[in-house]
Parts: sequence; C-alpha cells; structure tokens
Amino acid sequence: MKRYLARRMAVMPFLLFGIASIVFLVSRMTPGDPLVTIVGERNLNNPEIVAAAKAQWGLDQSMPQQYASFMKNLVKGNLGTSFSTRQPVMHDLWERLPATLELTIYALLGGVTVGIVLGVLAARHRNKFIDHVSRFFALIGSSLPAFWAGLLLLYVFYARLGWLPGPGRIDPRGLAPNKVTGFYTVDSLLQGDFGLFKDSVMHLILPATVLGWGVVGIVSRLVRASLLDEFSMDYVRVARAMGLRERTVVNTHALRNALLPTITIVAFTFAFLLTGAVLTETVFSWPGVGSYAVNASRTLDYPAIIGVTLLGGTAFLLTNLISDIAYAFADPRIRLS
Amino acid sequence: MTDVISPARRLRRGRPEWLRGPALVGAIAITVWLLVALTVPLWSPYDPLAEVAPRLQGPSWHHLMGTDQLGRDVFTRMLWGSRTSLPVAFVVILSSVVIGTIVGAIAGYRGGWIDAVLMRFVDITMAFPPILLAMAITASLGPGVRNALIAMVLVWWPIYARLLRAQVIAVKQREYVESAEAIGVKRFAILRRYVLPMAYTPVLVNATMDFGQVVLLTASLSFIGLGARPPSPEWGAMITEGATQFYSWWIATAPGLAILVVVLAFNYVGDALRDSFDVKGVL
Amino acid sequence: MTATGEPILRLRDLRVTFQTPAGPARAVRGVDLDVRAGESVAVVGESGSGKSVSMLATLGLLHNAEVSGSVKWGDTELVGASTDTLRSVRGRRIAMVFQDPMTSLNPVLTIGKQMSLVMKAHQPNLGKKELRTKAVDLLNRLAIPQADRRIDAYPHELSGGMRQRVMIAMAISNDPEVLIADEPTTALDVTVQAQIMELLLKLRNEHNLALVLITHDLGVVAGSADRVAVMYAGRIVERAPVLGLFASPGHPYTSALLDCLPRLDRRHDVVSSIGGTPPNPADLPEGCPFAPRCPKAIDACRSDEPNLVRIGTSDVACSVVAAGAAVGEPV
Repeated sequence: MKRYLARRMAVMPFLLFGIASIVFLVSRMTPGDPLVTIVGERNLNNPEIVAAAKAQWGLDQSMPQQYASFMKNLVKGNLGTSFSTRQPVMHDLWERLPATLELTIYALLGGVTVGIVLGVLAARHRNKFIDHVSRFFALIGSSLPAFWAGLLLLYVFYARLGWLPGPGRIDPRGLAPNKVTGFYTVDSLLQGDFGLFKDSVMHLILPATVLGWGVVGIVSRLVRASLLDEFSMDYVRVARAMGLRERTVVNTHALRNALLPTITIVAFTFAFLLTGAVLTETVFSWPGVGSYAVNASRTLDYPAIIGVTLLGGTAFLLTNLISDIAYAFADPRIRLS
Repeated sequence: MTDVISPARRLRRGRPEWLRGPALVGAIAITVWLLVALTVPLWSPYDPLAEVAPRLQGPSWHHLMGTDQLGRDVFTRMLWGSRTSLPVAFVVILSSVVIGTIVGAIAGYRGGWIDAVLMRFVDITMAFPPILLAMAITASLGPGVRNALIAMVLVWWPIYARLLRAQVIAVKQREYVESAEAIGVKRFAILRRYVLPMAYTPVLVNATMDFGQVVLLTASLSFIGLGARPPSPEWGAMITEGATQFYSWWIATAPGLAILVVVLAFNYVGDALRDSFDVKGVL
Repeated sequence: MTATGEPILRLRDLRVTFQTPAGPARAVRGVDLDVRAGESVAVVGESGSGKSVSMLATLGLLHNAEVSGSVKWGDTELVGASTDTLRSVRGRRIAMVFQDPMTSLNPVLTIGKQMSLVMKAHQPNLGKKELRTKAVDLLNRLAIPQADRRIDAYPHELSGGMRQRVMIAMAISNDPEVLIADEPTTALDVTVQAQIMELLLKLRNEHNLALVLITHDLGVVAGSADRVAVMYAGRIVERAPVLGLFASPGHPYTSALLDCLPRLDRRHDVVSSIGGTPPNPADLPEGCPFAPRCPKAIDACRSDEPNLVRIGTSDVACSVVAAGAAVGEPV
C-alpha cells in the first residue's frame, strides 16, 4: 500500500501544475489586453500601477514568458490583487475559507448521513413505496436550483414563520467569536458563549439543508445501487443461512462493503458542494469563498475569479487524494497488500 | 458489453418499457415545454417585456403568477424563459457531444502520447467544479448568453471525450474490428459502423441527464449576472429580480418551478433510461 | 454407520418455481427426502437439476420463488414459516456450507468477527472474550494452524482450503444437528478436497451430525455417504443405499453418471460422458425428462413421467426398469 500511496502523491505536483496551466489559459482568454484583467479598467490610466503590473506578470514579454511569470508568482503565493477589496486575493481567500468549510462540512455530514439511511431503506424495500419516495427525494436534490430553494426556505421559515434566523452567519447585532479555527460553532464554544453557539447553529440550518440536499441525492442513489450489488453476493446468503438477523446482515455485513465506493464519491460530492456553495452562499449572504466568487463575477474582478477557480480545482484534487487514501485504509484487501 | 442492436431497436419499437410511471410524466413534461418554447410567440397571453398591469400584484385569474416590480406578467415571462434555457442547453449538449466524439475518437484510435496528452487535459478540466470554470471562462470572455454558452461547451465536452474514448478502445479490442481493419476498411467507416452504434446508448443516457444539469447551470450563470441580463425573460435572471422583491414571493417562484420541473423531468427520463439500458455511471 | 430412528428433517413434495421471462421455470418438482440423525445423505445431479435449490428452499433462503410442499424440522413446518422461526433453525439446527469459499466470506471483516456474528446470532449472551475463545477453539478443531493469530486475519490472507475450513467452523459453531454442504470441495485443489471431506466425516462422527452432501461428483459420494438421492430435472429419479447404487444402478441416468467416473478397472480414455444437455426447467419435455438422452427410452417414456418405485433396496423412477423388474411397487 505504501507504494500505491507514494505513487499517488508523486503525481500530485503534476496535477496541480495542470490545474494552474488551465487557469492561466482561461485568464488569457479575454479578447483584448490582459492588462485589463490584472489591474482593472479604472487603473489603466495610472502609469505607476500599470508599470508595476507589467513587470510583475511579464506582460511585455512573449506568451511563454508570461506563463513562466504566472507560475513563479503562483509558487510565491501571489494571485494578484482583488479590484474590489484591494487586498491580495490569497489573503481574501484565506479569510473567507473557514466560513465555506464550516458550511460545507455540516452539509456534507448531514447529507451523507441522511443519504446512507435513505439508500439503505431504498435497497431493503426495493421497488416499494419507500424506494420511490427516496428516488423522488434524491432526484429533487439534483434538480433543485440551490439559489431558488434558498430564497424559498428563507421566505417560509424566516419571513413567514419566523422559526429560523435570516441570512448571515450570526445575528447581525452580535459580535463574531474570537478567531481560533474560524468555525463559529467551534470558536463560540471555545470562549464558552453558548448563546452565540446556538445562534450560529440556527444560522447554519437553512444553508446547510439547501447545500446538503444534493448530497443526499448522490449518496442515497449510490448506497442503494451498491447495497443491491452486495445483496447478490454469496457472503450475504451465507450470513442469512447462518441465521443472522436481517439487520445484522445489512448493517454489519453488506453495508461495510457498500460504503467503500461511497468513500470515493465523497471527493466528487465535495466538488458538487463547492458548486452549490457558490450559489447558496450568495442567497444566504454567507461570507465565504462562494459569495466572494459571485461578487467577483458580478464586478468582473478577474484576479479574484482566477483565484477562486484555482482554489476549486486544487480542493477537488486534494479531496480526491484524501478519499483514495481513506479507501486504501478502509479496504483490508488494499491496506494489507 | 451490451448488445449492439437491441437498445436502438428498443427505442424504435412502439412505447419502450422504460417509458412508464414518472419517466412517462417526465417525457410528457419535456414535450410540453418544447412545444411552449416553439410556439409561445403565437399565443402568448401578454407581451413578456411590457408593463401590462399594476406592479407587484399577487397571483390572480388574469395574472396566474402575479406581476413583477415593473408590472410585467410573471407567467408570460416564465413561458418565454424556455426560449432561452432549452435552446442553450440543446446547443451546449450537441456541441459537447460532437467535440467529445472527435477528441475521444482521436485519443482512442491514435493511442500513445496523443492519447496521453488529450486525456490528461480532459482529467484536469474535469477536476474543476463546472460552475467555477464556467464562471471564470464567461467572465474572461465577457458576460452574456453567447459567452456563457461557449463556456459551458468548454466545460462539458471532456465528459463525452472520456466516454467515447472508452467505447473506441473497447471496440478496437474486439476481433471483428481487427479483422475489418485487416481487410482495409477505413477507420472512419469503423467508427461509424461499430463504435458509434455502441456509444449511442451511453451517450444518450448521459446527454439526457446532462441536459437538465445544463439548464440548471445556465440559470445559475444568469442568476449571478454572467448569462442573460434583465430585462430578458430568462429563468435565472428572473429569480435574481425576484430576490430583490423578497416579499413578492411569486416572482421568483414561477421561474424556479419551471427550472425544477424541466430538470426533474430530464433526470427522471435519464434515470429510467440508465436503469433500462444498464449503463453504469461514467464519473 | 447407518442411522435408524425417526427422521429429523423431512421433505415432502417440495416444489420450487421461478418466474422467468421465458415463463415459469419449475426448478424443483416434488422432492421427498428424509434425513436422520448421524447419517450422511448425498444428493447428486448435474447443475440445474434442482439439488441446490431444494436445499436453499429448505432453509427459506430463496427470494422471488414460489415454494410449496412441506419441509419439517421435527414438528416445525418450515415452508411458509415466519422469519423468526426460520432464523431459529438456520445455523442453529440446520447449517449450510457453500461451494465457493472465496466469495462466501465477507472480504472486509476478520475471520473472528464473522464467526462471532454467527455465534451471537444464536447465543446472544456470550461475551467478547468467550466468543473469541470459542472461535479459536473451533479453528483448532478444524486443524487450522496458529488459530489464535488466524482469527484476526482477513479472508484474502487465507488459502482456499483454509477458508473452507473457516466456513465449516462457522457452520458448526452453534452445534447444529444437520449440516448441508453444497459442493463443499468443488472450488478447491484435488489434494485439499480429500482433506475437507475427511474433516466433514470426522465432524459427523464426533457430533452425531447429519450430513447432506450436495454434489455433481459421484466419486465424492462413494466414500462419504450412507444413502444417495440422484436428481434430474427437479425430481429424484433414484434413491438408494450407497453400496447398492454403485453395485447395481437402477435408473439409466445413474448408470450414465457412473460410466462417467474414471475407474481402476477401465482405461482412462474410455471414460464416457452423457450425450445431450439437461432440459431447460422453463421448457420441460413431456413424459420422462431424461428420455431424450436415454439409451433405453421407449415410446411410453415420451408420454408418461414415471414415479418412484421400490426395486430391491432402491427406489427408481423409470418405466423401463420398473417394467423389466416386474416386482416394482409404488412407494
């Protein structure tokens, strides 16, 4: 297994390099002067800024040299300066990442849990009522425009019923907890503020539901399909023939095997969540990377857009790697080879 | 490997067995929406762009889904919205299939370094969340429906390249093609006669599922201001307008329901097709 | 060793039908079989003859099948019984060992865990420690070396023969009275086959276990069974004590099977095989289903399906043999 992991790690730099190259390509797709996409239209008349940008990004030079400067800046962690926040994009992303991660993790945990339960129920009652309901629920999840669902839920649970708070991470009148992890649910507990903890949990419910619903769809369909595959395996018949309870047969025997492919799908799901986060965060005014990306798109803040895209691709590669490692540990056939 | 002939034949023979229950409802919904998109200018209740009534009125018999902040009929605008979403999705899927087929066939046939380079490019493109890459490309090219469409094609074709390449390689290894090659049948003829009929089913299933996803993505890009812009009656753009009129819930509800119905319909039909033809997921 | 006394497991007119796209497939068509404590019964037939299906039906392990007739464990009827009743019999009274030890064990659970699950199913009061001690003890009894370490191994770390021993250990872990072994040696190397058979017979003697051996190989039967039931197209065509069967096979099908065996008194190159293929259970011919392949078939065979008739110590279902023996009486 060590060799497998080593090989897997060894290709990572190449993949990251590929990601960066595509991002470079995209950034040079603009018809017209790439300078506009680096300093923004407003600064074009400022010769100092223009000169500095030209020097830093090698814009006077040939395309291959521009590519080299792009990569050099990237290695140094320089993604350029956002037009709208006037801060280095790297700094902005770092600042906003915890909010997105907190939302994403809760959505993932909730979505995976509900998805597994629904998938198991659907497989055990194949082609029965509950299977159809679970399929409907799952397909709704992948058909629902997240931004619309968010609006609708806000309207019902916040504006009409008043059961849940409105947009944002916490009550706008309150103070954010001191930053330790950047996760409000964790930081509020760390400073012993239970009121703030409750407030941040309440604020998470709606966006996490919108975001996690799609995960429910993906996971429940996969768990159902792989459980049905496992049900036809010999060892399941053996377990039944030995008099094991159906619950034990499903939960201890079949589900262990059926969940292995679910580990792989988590990487894919993560990309799905990032996709959803872009829109969900916008609707819920969630100060994360997703709403940052949308603001950047609306204002054509190119460095920010490029930065977020790079982050998205990298995040997908990393989760993919993590899920492969997790898979290798979870499957004794690979772990012990 | 699946039978080469039977899926196509199954499609041709009367009502196929997958077209039942929810999938049938889905197919009907798709047909209705297609008809609406094609014919709505002939019978449209109101002008989608004109102020036809007092502003921000709730649903009534005269205005089934109320009116928006400019006094336009929301129901009419929802109907007209299909004239953006459906053609855009159709062009995106068709272009992606064509490009994907060409690239996939080249990669699969040539093999070697050409295959390696093309497929690494495909892998890396697919590593980006579709919406982020589409956003970045659209922003670079400049906002607008046309550029959003180009961006979505650039994001989508790798899926079909991967699919076609797998089919080409599977077919290439079969003996009858080897013998066909031996007697000098041209590669294009082999592609047409052996590869494409086999690829037909998985491409159809994927395209059906993806159609819904592209409709969703088109609306999403418009929602964040990169696709269609107001005042054009596009579903995503309409939801943006609805979001600013938060308490007039009907403005956003109508286009949202339209998206949900269309995407859900394609998903149900795609799901039924996949089950019926036993096509495993490509991702 | 010949067992006497009341049968502990009694199959009467057991029928199994599967619904297939080609119409109903009658996989088992009226099987009668008795199993007594401590005896070894072999059920022999080609694949598709219904031998495995009838045993799976006995334990209620078939899904999507219509099962009728009667299977009695003592006074308990198993056909149509509740899940709880079936579960109290499965593994506890009647245990089953399957053909392929590669796929019969769960690849992601350790041997010990899988054995514990089986024991806990019927002995819920056992603690973790006891379960482990018992599992090691069982593996030792099945001559698995280094049992206390093997118990923490995953199936893929063991050889095929070892896995089948683990399977058998699991099967006897709740002290069942009947052990059904479905082709227990087919997937194994020849040398290992003999060891596993020897082990099964030893267990039978030590535990007074009734053994139902399902096999397509009459060679395996010779040394291990007391009685033999030969199945063809979902029915028993001959039931006989093992010695009688080998000395004077009653049914032409049994004779044909015996002819397929390599024998010391014949040269190997004359080993014959039965011409033709077994009939499709969804499309059975009229009359005796063996008639199309039978060298002795007469016109009557193609119209009437014969029932079992007592001839000497055997029960045979063949019109020709019954007519020739002329002493046949229906059983």
